[in-house]
Amino acid sequence: MNIIHFWRALWGIVGRELWRFVTQRERFISALVRPLVWLFVFAAGFRAALGLAIAPPYETYILYEVYITPGLCGMIQLFNGMQSSLSMVYDREMGSMRILLVCPLPRWFLLLSKLLAGTGVSVLQVYVFLAIAWFYDIQAPWQGYLWLLPALILSGLMLGALGLLLSSFIKQLENFAGVMNFVIFPMFFMSTALYPLWKLKESSVLLHNLAQYNPFSQAVELVRFALYGQFNQYAFIYTLTAFVIFMTVAVIGYNPSRGMMIKKVGT
Amino acid sequence: MFKNNIITPLLLALTVTAHAETVFVTLEKDNALAVVDPIAGKLIKTVSIGQRPRGIAISPDNKFLYVATSDDNTIKIIAADTLKEVGKLPSGEDPETFALNPAGDMLYVSNEDDSLVTVIDIAKQKVIKQIKVGVEPEGITVSPDNRWLISASETTNMLHWIDAKTNAIVENTLVDPRPRAVSFTADSQQLWMTSEMAGTLMVIDVKTKQPIKTVSFNVTGVTADKIQPVGVVIDKERQRAYIALGPANRVAVVNAQTYEVENVLLVGSRVWNLAFSPDEKRLYTTNGVSNDMSIVDLESQTVTKSVGVGSYPWGVAVKP
Repeated sequence: MNIIHFWRALWGIVGRELWRFVTQRERFISALVRPLVWLFVFAAGFRAALGLAIAPPYETYILYEVYITPGLCGMIQLFNGMQSSLSMVYDREMGSMRILLVCPLPRWFLLLSKLLAGTGVSVLQVYVFLAIAWFYDIQAPWQGYLWLLPALILSGLMLGALGLLLSSFIKQLENFAGVMNFVIFPMFFMSTALYPLWKLKESSVLLHNLAQYNPFSQAVELVRFALYGQFNQYAFIYTLTAFVIFMTVAVIGYNPSRGMMIKKVGT
Repeated sequence: MFKNNIITPLLLALTVTAHAETVFVTLEKDNALAVVDPIAGKLIKTVSIGQRPRGIAISPDNKFLYVATSDDNTIKIIAADTLKEVGKLPSGEDPETFALNPAGDMLYVSNEDDSLVTVIDIAKQKVIKQIKVGVEPEGITVSPDNRWLISASETTNMLHWIDAKTNAIVENTLVDPRPRAVSFTADSQQLWMTSEMAGTLMVIDVKTKQPIKTVSFNVTGVTADKIQPVGVVIDKERQRAYIALGPANRVAVVNAQTYEVENVLLVGSRVWNLAFSPDEKRLYTTNGVSNDMSIVDLESQTVTKSVGVGSYPWGVAVKP
């Protein structure tokens, strides 16, 4: 087993995912429609025409649509991560997962490849979304768009790893609705994607605390700071730690001898 | 890490190339003067100045600041380098706004409560004349050619054209309700005036002394009652003018050739007065309610930073 085998497997998985993304125009459009509806409709309603109070990384007053944009980048990645987990469940039901997992490469590598594939797609989606937002007068310094890339990769990996972890628990495709209700929506709404922490504190300390410790919040903050050329160390460490934990548990979950697969085989 | 490694050196490089100017902001409630480094975007210090400081101007040689300390009923002369008081001018009651002539030897004060314009000889520190004007004079300016002194009466809704040599009113122009600030173009051919109550900007031809254009403002999501234009400045080339829209928290960018509103820039709450940097690459605003000033980069037409300065920032002056 040499490096070529690893490369072939990685490219096979990533290439398949990217090819799927490019050829499935409906998927591409629908992935963009969701954040754009939030931006053009939801954010327009909460415009904060007189400006939001200044909080880092912003150095002056901003409109609500400027605030919500990094949160919507996070939303794209959150839904993408969950969609990847959905496709894992689908693959398992269809049997293609078995082909992948019997490949003589380490399981963690195969899962990581799957994760990188999903993250690559989500990064593409985010940049297309930001390009559209640019014409809607939501413009960050050009350097910010470069710093954004590593931040998006890390946040995408973390959210993708969470998806993998969840997919190791889900027995059937039908159970995915539960993921929407119990994971995606609470994670999204109880975060700094839509409202700044100080605003959440005004309404509920509990909500503030939940949002503060929500890994999705930290991923959004990492992305928000990067978009303005700044590095949020706390958010970086928090997101990285969450990724390592989620990934480790997901790898264990996909181990037939130890993880959740035993239970699934049993059912 | 990114910020420290990459952006800070870039900012430092910019700092070295940019002129190190100083911005002074009067703080009406703190009885103080804020000193700001606008390139670094930082408040350097705050200095006690007198009771309720509002209007501020710098002498043409940049050596002295004049600050109207309204509750002290005087205009203080402050050394621009040391910020020490070096004299006082007899301004009359409750001075708020005032104007220097281009030579910097005469100072004209609006005495709102007495409906007067007080003319002060700076060298002699003496009042040489008090001119009776309309009710509640507020905006005041001198044309760059030193031909006209303009006083705007808020309640009379009138501009008074005062001959700067004789200090006598020559003509009056009726304008939109509650005129606030007045400013001449560099060529002294036009006078621009803001009407707080009508929410408009009027451009007046100096030859005919009649309005040639009235500009209205519209800010998406902001009701018309919040659009209350106050400060107005026009660049030397008469390419663009900038108008503070008060509680609309915006600075309007008006094309000074076509009179079209090109943009509205979001700044702090109740933006009040405006000043250019000496090279006219930046614009500084005082935001009365949010207790800060905003810095606008005029090349990119973006607000780059808002800097906390203290309570109720009012007037702004820039020293090169």
